[in-house]
Amino acid sequence: MHKPRLQLQASFDIAYLQYLDKQGQATQPLPDFATPDWLSHCHRQMQLARLVDDRAVKLQRTGRLGTYPSTLGQEAIGVATANALMAEDVYCPYYRETGALLERGVEIEEILAIWGGDERGQNFQHAPKDLPICVPIATQMLHAAGVAFALKYRHQQNNQPLQVAVASSGEGATSKGDFYEAMNLAGVWKLPMVFVVNNNQWAISVPRNAQTATQTIAQKAIAAGIPALQVDGNDVVAVAWAVRDAMERARRGEGAALVEAMSYRLCDHTTADDASRYRSASELEQAWQWEPVKRLDNYLRAQGLWSDAKQQDLDRELAQVMEVALTNWESRAPEPVTAMFDHLYARLPEGLYEQYDQLRDEQQGVAE
Amino acid sequence: MAAQDNGITLVEAVTQALAFELKNDPQVVVFGQDIGANGGVFRATDGLQKTYGADRVLDTPLAETMIAGIAVGMATQGLRPIAEFQFMGFIYPGLDHILSHAARMRNRTRGRLSCPIVYRAPYGGGIHAPEHHSESTEAMFTHIPGLRVVVPSSPARAYGLLLAAIRDPDPVLFLEPKRIYRAAKQPVPDDGEALPLDRAFVLREGADLTLVAWGASIKETLAAAEQLSREGIEADVIDPATLKPLDIHTIIDSLEKTRRCVIVHEAARFGGLGAEIAAQIQEYAFDLLDAPVQRVTGYDAVMPYYQLENAYLPGVERILAGARAALEYVRDSGE
Ligand SMILES: Cc1ncc(C[n+]2csc(CCOP(=O)(O)OP(=O)(O)O)c2C)c(N)n1
Repeated sequence: MHKPRLQLQASFDIAYLQYLDKQGQATQPLPDFATPDWLSHCHRQMQLARLVDDRAVKLQRTGRLGTYPSTLGQEAIGVATANALMAEDVYCPYYRETGALLERGVEIEEILAIWGGDERGQNFQHAPKDLPICVPIATQMLHAAGVAFALKYRHQQNNQPLQVAVASSGEGATSKGDFYEAMNLAGVWKLPMVFVVNNNQWAISVPRNAQTATQTIAQKAIAAGIPALQVDGNDVVAVAWAVRDAMERARRGEGAALVEAMSYRLCDHTTADDASRYRSASELEQAWQWEPVKRLDNYLRAQGLWSDAKQQDLDRELAQVMEVALTNWESRAPEPVTAMFDHLYARLPEGLYEQYDQLRDEQQGVAE
Repeated sequence: MAAQDNGITLVEAVTQALAFELKNDPQVVVFGQDIGANGGVFRATDGLQKTYGADRVLDTPLAETMIAGIAVGMATQGLRPIAEFQFMGFIYPGLDHILSHAARMRNRTRGRLSCPIVYRAPYGGGIHAPEHHSESTEAMFTHIPGLRVVVPSSPARAYGLLLAAIRDPDPVLFLEPKRIYRAAKQPVPDDGEALPLDRAFVLREGADLTLVAWGASIKETLAAAEQLSREGIEADVIDPATLKPLDIHTIIDSLEKTRRCVIVHEAARFGGLGAEIAAQIQEYAFDLLDAPVQRVTGYDAVMPYYQLENAYLPGVERILAGARAALEYVRDSGE
């Protein structure tokens, strides 16, 4: 055997960040942005996400929504991530992001529309440049890289502040080529983008250790030359710190970064899944011990910022918000069937007039 | 680039169109593998990086999924990305993004976002290239709702159709028949005039037979039409140019006159675009037909290595045989 003539040794560290421990006690002084108002806002938004989620699952059970991917247990990641974005940044979400979408300004009725099979839900009124939620795994990361290129290009053209593209995904998505190709390009082209990986331990029935042999997802970024860290994904402060830090870096023109947020999927994969087939009840029970809402709740109560009375007020308020949204959603006129052609091309090609007319006539036939 | 007296080639017309749009629309960015300093393996982007800078004419890492995918992100934010795949045989890793995202973005956001992308790829056989360099799988892409598939067959059409493709608000797969990249020169004024998409071009007129072909096969199809003309048979030669959405009406109009049709393509026969055109002719013009529609195509075989590629590609003789079958067909009256 030949002796190697040159030996290169590489070593790396992956930092792990936490501010609130499992009991909701601060493990270190909280960052400046974590004011009482900010913490209360996150507390509210996480609970709103949980409520919308719960309602969506029930609506699916009664046949009023199609398959729905719950975000139960992962609210801190979505809320903290979307909160770190400015309005002009571009969010490129995957499908398990009810919390992030709400924080991003997407209306509850839009979210219900999407899962209720109405494409108008993807027409995010308050986040018009954000990408629609992405169902094929990991493709959104490449779209985000393209978005980041466009943002950087615009910035160079008009000297406006650099905006950032943010892609979210699960840990299973990091097995796909799209993920590596996006990170590789983001490294080479120094793109203003942030990858937020929701490591909820399961990709449908495949546990994290059957998905990858790496110790962390974060270390995958090292091969692409971009920085990464792991955070406690059930700690809204830690996620927010990491995403904000990555965003600021990107805004300064220093390129992309990856945040791996450790969490646990407390729900089935979707309403079409039965997680009891592949994971133990005791594992699930364990995971409930450190879920994100209770943790923040404990912290706020210990600080004198929360009480049963305040919780009752909030419950009433959120129930009201949900009711209004449900009414708005249910009172929407259905979309005309011809909408499937209306937005296919900017202008309907002549070759499709006949099919369009056929569809319209069929609809009129039904109406008569 | 001033057109020389004897004109420019098809690939030079591509360069000329890209340069025109880079110059006139700051939202246009061009990217792909080896397209910068090297000017692309076929030199389609020759000199563009030098003139327009490495931030608008970009060499990418070697990853087709990435090339297809970032175009989607760019386009949603208002850029006009033009992505080159080095060969059509390497486009498949990008198919997910073309099919699942670019072609559907407008629809799934009810018009909020769209993907005005041009995906360019040299395609087709006949240049003695290695395996996977001679594919002609355009029919796969014509099946995708929301996508346009455009194939030029002359320098002037390459220039005019590429400009139209870049300016079109929807995604276009622009397939460049590399066998005729340098086959002929033609003066192509650099005037920024686009040609219409979704419109077939009638390249030759005659009352006896309709020949439909596109891309490099136009060359042999026109040669066959010349040969037939010497025998006193005059053929319409129609180049659909936009393969999807297809302008079937120009073909039907021709059939009203000729009543006989031959479709020529070098792609494999089964499920090829010839089948779609024949089906549409049958739906719209069954009563006009005096003979079954003939297809002259590549075989349903893997495109062979180059020693056999000429046997695979439909040449003038096969087109003539198809034409004679259509011309000589007499309906059995079944008395
Ligand atoms: C390309 C592709 N393959 C398969 C699927 C089916 N699928 C949907 S979600 C999923 C698991 C994804 O797991 P992960 O990325 O960890 O995200 P999580 O759902 O756990 O949040 C699979 C296999 C898909 N949507 N897209």
